[in-house]
Amino acid sequence: MLPDGTLDMDEARRLITDRTRLLSVTHVSNALGTIVPVRELADLAHARGALVCVDAAQSAPHMPVDVEALGADFLAFSGHKMLGPTGTGVLWARRAVLEAMEPMFGGGDMILTVALEQSTWNDIPHRFEAGTPHIAGVIGLGKAIDYLETLGMEEIRRHEVELVDYALRRLGDVPGVTIFGPPDPKARGGVVSFELEGVHPHDIGQVLDSYGIAVRTGHHCAQPVMAALDVPATARASFYLYNTTDEVDALVDGVRQTAKFFGGVSA
Amino acid sequence: MASIELEELYREILLEHYRSPRNRGALDGAASCAADGANPLCGDEVHLDVRVEDGRIADIRFAGSGCSISQASSSLMTEYVKGRTIEEALRGVEAFQEMMVKGAAPADVDFGDIEALIGVAKFPARVKCASLAWKTLEQALRSASGREPAAAVTTDERMAGNA
Repeated sequence: MLPDGTLDMDEARRLITDRTRLLSVTHVSNALGTIVPVRELADLAHARGALVCVDAAQSAPHMPVDVEALGADFLAFSGHKMLGPTGTGVLWARRAVLEAMEPMFGGGDMILTVALEQSTWNDIPHRFEAGTPHIAGVIGLGKAIDYLETLGMEEIRRHEVELVDYALRRLGDVPGVTIFGPPDPKARGGVVSFELEGVHPHDIGQVLDSYGIAVRTGHHCAQPVMAALDVPATARASFYLYNTTDEVDALVDGVRQTAKFFGGVSA
Repeated sequence: MASIELEELYREILLEHYRSPRNRGALDGAASCAADGANPLCGDEVHLDVRVEDGRIADIRFAGSGCSISQASSSLMTEYVKGRTIEEALRGVEAFQEMMVKGAAPADVDFGDIEALIGVAKFPARVKCASLAWKTLEQALRSASGREPAAAVTTDERMAGNA
């Protein structure tokens, strides 16, 4: 990773070798918002005969995602980040890859015939979906996706770029605030990760919470990223289609109040 | 300030200890015992060095980093236990845990400024921040008495984070 939160592509070219079997990469960083050049990485991996697995949990809810254009062999995202129920999600894979794979789990619906000597597998995708699925949850996820498509993924993306652009400018003006990740709003997803000098992110989160503002604080399950930035944790504002610039203003006011509250601290 | 509850959490005395921690740094001379505490999920870290003489805590120093609650609690804890016997200090650890659960210190313990941490009991997610220094002290003292090896301490019960 480079200091601005983008990937060091020279390092990627060095790391992806003939020994690489699977390249697993996030499309949009949950910690910093960086949009990763998945296509470029996928081309590197495919040139070495490796498969590509994309974590789209932060992109599928927020922007148009085209598995072909990305060069993905596998792509996963979760329902709870796109207005759907918790405990739901999607793992997509190219048919040719699925056809070459054996089932991992046994259970209802994944077999066609069973005999004492041998069994045959059901068609794709059933052979990979053993047992009783989370039917109600997945119907809910389907409805969430219908709703997002009614609004239009391009529109959602446009709205978030606007919010992020506004947040980067407003939050960046607050003394003591450092924003992590690429400075160009078009180069990032809908999150703004930041720190406030002298105030631990958990204290930022606690004070903002008292103003009715929910931010994520901590290392975002990305401790190596925190180590590379030399911070214990960050606070992260996460935007979606329902957020407004007024709410960004409330966040900025809250951060200013936090700075005032802990004023004089230089721990 | 936005809310009464928040003011109860961040009492001025705590912010003052956060800004100007007591007993922070390294011991003069060798430590009798030491222990490390960390809540890796939130990044609170405390290292304690303790010098025990004649069954009393003659000196204690802490190092580390973390949120205001964890650092203020470390500072207050070191002030409280300095000069006390190991048994009194361990009783203090127990009393502190009780205070975090019940929202009041036991009647037989005079916690003084430490009672400023009572407000933390209303914020379950922050109890682990306040408790870390105390559990780390317990670990250091128990390792000193040969009862247990000084394993790393955590007060965070969650085993994994969420993105």
